[in-house]
Amino acid sequence: MQLILDEDQQMIAQTALDFVDEHSPVARFRELRDSGAALGYSRDLYKEMAALGWTGILFDEKVGGAGMGFAELVLIVEALGRKLAPEPFLGGVTMGGSALALGGNEAMKSEWLPSVIDGSKVVAFAHQEKNSRYDAYAISTRADATDSGYRLTGEKVQVLDAVGADAVIVPARVSGESGDREGITLFLVETGAAGVSLTAQTRVDHRNAAIVALDGVEVAATAVLGVEGQGAELIDTVLDRATVVLTAEMLGGMSEAFDLTVEYLKTREQFGVKIGSFQGLQHRAAEVFCEIELARSCVMAAARAIDAGAPDATKLVSLAKAKCSDAYLLAANEGVQMFAGVGMTDEYDIGFYLKRARAAELTFGDSAYHRNRWAELGSY
Amino acid sequence: MSDLEAFRAEARAWLEENAPEGVKGIKADELNGVWGGKRCEFEVPDQKVWLERMGAKGWTAPMWPAEYGGGGLSKAESKILSQEMKALDLPPALIGFGLTMIGPTLLQFGTEEQKKEHLPRIVRGEIRWCQGYSEPGAGSDLASLQTKAERDGDDFIINGTKVWTSYADKADWIFALVRNDNSGIKQEGITFLLIDMDDPGVNVSPILLISGKSPFCETHFTDVRVPVKNVIHEIGAGWTVAKALLGHERTMIADTFGSSAGATKKAGERSFLSSLAVERVGEREGRISDPIIRDDVAKMEMETRAFGLTTQRTADAAKAGHNPGPESSMFKLYGTELNKTRMELMVRILGPDALGWEGDGFDEFALGTTRDWLRSRGNSIEGGTSEVQLNVIAKRVLGLPA
Ligand SMILES: Cc1cc2nc3c(=O)[nH]c(=O)nc-3n(C[C@H](O)[C@H](O)[C@H](O)COP(=O)(O)OP(=O)(O)OC[C@H]3O[C@@H](n4cnc5c(N)ncnc54)[C@H](O)[C@@H]3O)c2cc1C
Repeated sequence: MQLILDEDQQMIAQTALDFVDEHSPVARFRELRDSGAALGYSRDLYKEMAALGWTGILFDEKVGGAGMGFAELVLIVEALGRKLAPEPFLGGVTMGGSALALGGNEAMKSEWLPSVIDGSKVVAFAHQEKNSRYDAYAISTRADATDSGYRLTGEKVQVLDAVGADAVIVPARVSGESGDREGITLFLVETGAAGVSLTAQTRVDHRNAAIVALDGVEVAATAVLGVEGQGAELIDTVLDRATVVLTAEMLGGMSEAFDLTVEYLKTREQFGVKIGSFQGLQHRAAEVFCEIELARSCVMAAARAIDAGAPDATKLVSLAKAKCSDAYLLAANEGVQMFAGVGMTDEYDIGFYLKRARAAELTFGDSAYHRNRWAELGSY
Repeated sequence: MSDLEAFRAEARAWLEENAPEGVKGIKADELNGVWGGKRCEFEVPDQKVWLERMGAKGWTAPMWPAEYGGGGLSKAESKILSQEMKALDLPPALIGFGLTMIGPTLLQFGTEEQKKEHLPRIVRGEIRWCQGYSEPGAGSDLASLQTKAERDGDDFIINGTKVWTSYADKADWIFALVRNDNSGIKQEGITFLLIDMDDPGVNVSPILLISGKSPFCETHFTDVRVPVKNVIHEIGAGWTVAKALLGHERTMIADTFGSSAGATKKAGERSFLSSLAVERVGEREGRISDPIIRDDVAKMEMETRAFGLTTQRTADAAKAGHNPGPESSMFKLYGTELNKTRMELMVRILGPDALGWEGDGFDEFALGTTRDWLRSRGNSIEGGTSEVQLNVIAKRVLGLPA
C-alpha cells in the first residue's frame, strides 16, 4: 500500500479543488442555509458534478460508472468538505449507491443505478432509529411477511440525504429483537409509496436529513437487498464505506478551518503585533497541524485498505474516524477561540465548520466508540 | 525474477550463511545495541562476529556509497535487506551517532579526504562518535554557544565546556560546535569541528540521571589543539552544518519510535500492550478488566498506528536522497511525545509493581520499565525540546510571524 497520489489521482484532486473553488464557495452553502429550503443542496450543481463523473467513481463500468475506488472518491469528497458543499455524496452516492450495487438484484440495479450515477435520482439509506445511537443492529422497524412480500412498520430518523430522495433503503427486522445481529433484512422503498412519509429535520449543521415514517408500507418480495435475515453484513459494509467517505469530508473541512485560522493569525493585530506572533497561539496551531497530518494518513490508508479488501480495513476505518473526529473538532474549536469575538458570529464561516465537525463526529460513532471497536477487533 | 527479487534471495542466503545464532532476537536499542568504538563492549560474543561480517559487507550502512565502505544499496534494496533481517530476527549489527548523525552530514558536507578518512571506520564500527552541541549556557538557544576556537597556524586551540554529551565517556571522537568569531550575529562565527577525544586537554565527567544511569557527561576542553583540516564545510559556516545534522538527528529519533509503529497483528491476535494489560490488570469477558486502561491501550495503539502511517506517507513521498526539511520537527515532536505517553501507560498497567528501583520483590520487566519510563522523559528534551519543535512548525511550516 503506497500512501501517495499517483498522477491520475493528483489530477482528480486538482480538478475537484478547482471546481469547488469556482462553483461552490462557502457563500453558496450560506445561501442554501439562509433560503431555508429543506433539500439543502443544489440539484443543478449536483448534476454538473455527476457529469464530471464524480457520482460514478465507485460503480462498475457496465452500469455506467467509472470503476475506480475509494482512493479516488475521497479526493472529491475532501474538496467538497473544504467548502462545505452539501451535495448528497454521503447518504446518496456512498450509502444508497453502495447498498444497491452490493446487495441489489439485477433488476433493481439496472433500474436504479444508472440514474443514481447520472445524478437524476437519489437513493438514501435509513439505518438510524430514535434510540439506536451507534448500534446499527438496534432496529425496531418491523417487516412482516404478507402473501406477496412484506409490510414495513416503524420510524427512521436523521436519514441522510432523504429529503428529495426517490427511494430509501430500509433495514427492518424480520425476526429477533432490537440489537440482534440476526434477523435484519434490507428493503428498497420508494418514497412515493403508500404509507411512507418524510419529514425534513433541521440539524445544527443544516444538512439534508429526514424522519422516514413507515406506516404499513407494502413492498414486493423483489424489494429485498441481499439475503433475508442476514442484512447485518450489508449494513456493516455500507457503514464502513460511508465512514471512510465521511472522514474524507472531515479532512477537507478541518484543513479549510485550519487554513482560515492560520490566515487570521497572520492578519489580526493586537498589542501592536500580529496575534500569530504569540507563542501561546503558535504552539496550539502547530499541534493542530500535526493532528491534521496524522488524520490525512489515516484517511488515505483506510480508503486504500477498503479498495484492496485488506484484512485490517475495518480497523483502519475506525482509526480514520477516531482521528478525524478529534482532529476536526480540535481544528474547529481552536479556530473559534482564535477568531474570538468574530468567531462567535454567524457572519464568519468558522462557526459552520464547528457545527459540521460536531455533526460528523456524532455520525457513525465518535472516537470513543471507535476505540472500543478497535479494542474488540484486537481481542481485548 | 526481477532484480529486486534476485537481491532478496541473495541477501537472505548471505544472512543465513553469515548471521551467528547468538545475535538472534537481541534488540538493537540504546541499551542492548552495539555502539562500536575502540572500547566497544559486547554482551554476547556473537555480536562481535556479526559486526565484523556486516561491517565488511558494508551492510551496517546499507545505503552509503561502496567507495566509503557502505553497502551501495538503493532505497528499495535497503528496505528488502531490513525486511529479510527482520524475518530472520536479526538486529542491526551496529547503532550510534556515526551512522545516524555525523555520517550523513559528512556525505553532504565533507571533503573527499574527510569522507575517506571517517566513513569507512564508522561503517566497520571502529570509531564511536558523540555530539558536542549543548553548553551550560546554550541549550535551546544553541547558537549562543561560547566554546572558543582560536586560530594558531594550521590548528585551532579549543577551550570551553560542553554538557549533556551522551556517551562522551565511551566515545572516540566528538563532532563539536565551536565559536571562532564573536563579532557578528550569533549564528555566524560558529565552526563545525571533528575532535579526537584522545587529544590532550579533553576531559570527561559522567553525570548521574534520574534513571540512575549516567549516559551523559560534561566534556571539558582545555587548550586542545585541533588541525584546521578537521573543519567540516567552511570556517564560520558551522551553523548550516549544525542544522542539517539536527534534521538527521530528529529524523533518527522519530524513526526510533515510528519505524514499526503499530504494525497490525493478525485478526484475533493481541498486541504486546494489550497482552501486557490483560496479564497485569486482569481480564473480564475477554476484555481488559479496567475500562479506562483498556481505552488508553486502544488510544495508544491507534495513535501509534496513525503516526506509523504518517512516517510511511512521508517516506513514500520522499525521493531518494531527499534531505529532511522542517517537517521532520513534527516527527520528532510526535514520536517522542507518543513514547512518553506509552511509557506512562506501561507504568500504570504495572501498577504498584512499577515502584521497584532494584532488588527483591520486583520482576525484571517491571524494574526495566520503570527505568525506561524515567529515561523516556528525556525524549522530548534531547535533539531539541518539544517546545522548540513547535516553534519550528509554527514559523517554518506554517509561516507564522516572529
Ligand atoms: C537524554 C538526553 C541526551 C542528550 N544528548 C546530548 C548530546 O549528546 N549532545 C548535546 O550536545 N546535547 C545533548 N542533550 C542536550 C539537549 O539537546 C538539550 O538539553 C536541549 O537542547 C535543551 O536545552 P536545555 O537543557 O539547556 O534547556 P533550556 O533551553 O534551558 O530549556 C528549558 C525549558 O525552556 C523551554 N524553552 C527554551 N527556549 C524556548 C523557546 N524559544 N520557546 C519556548 N520554550 C522554550 C524548553 O523547551 C524547556 O522546556 C541531551 C539531552 C538529553 C535529555
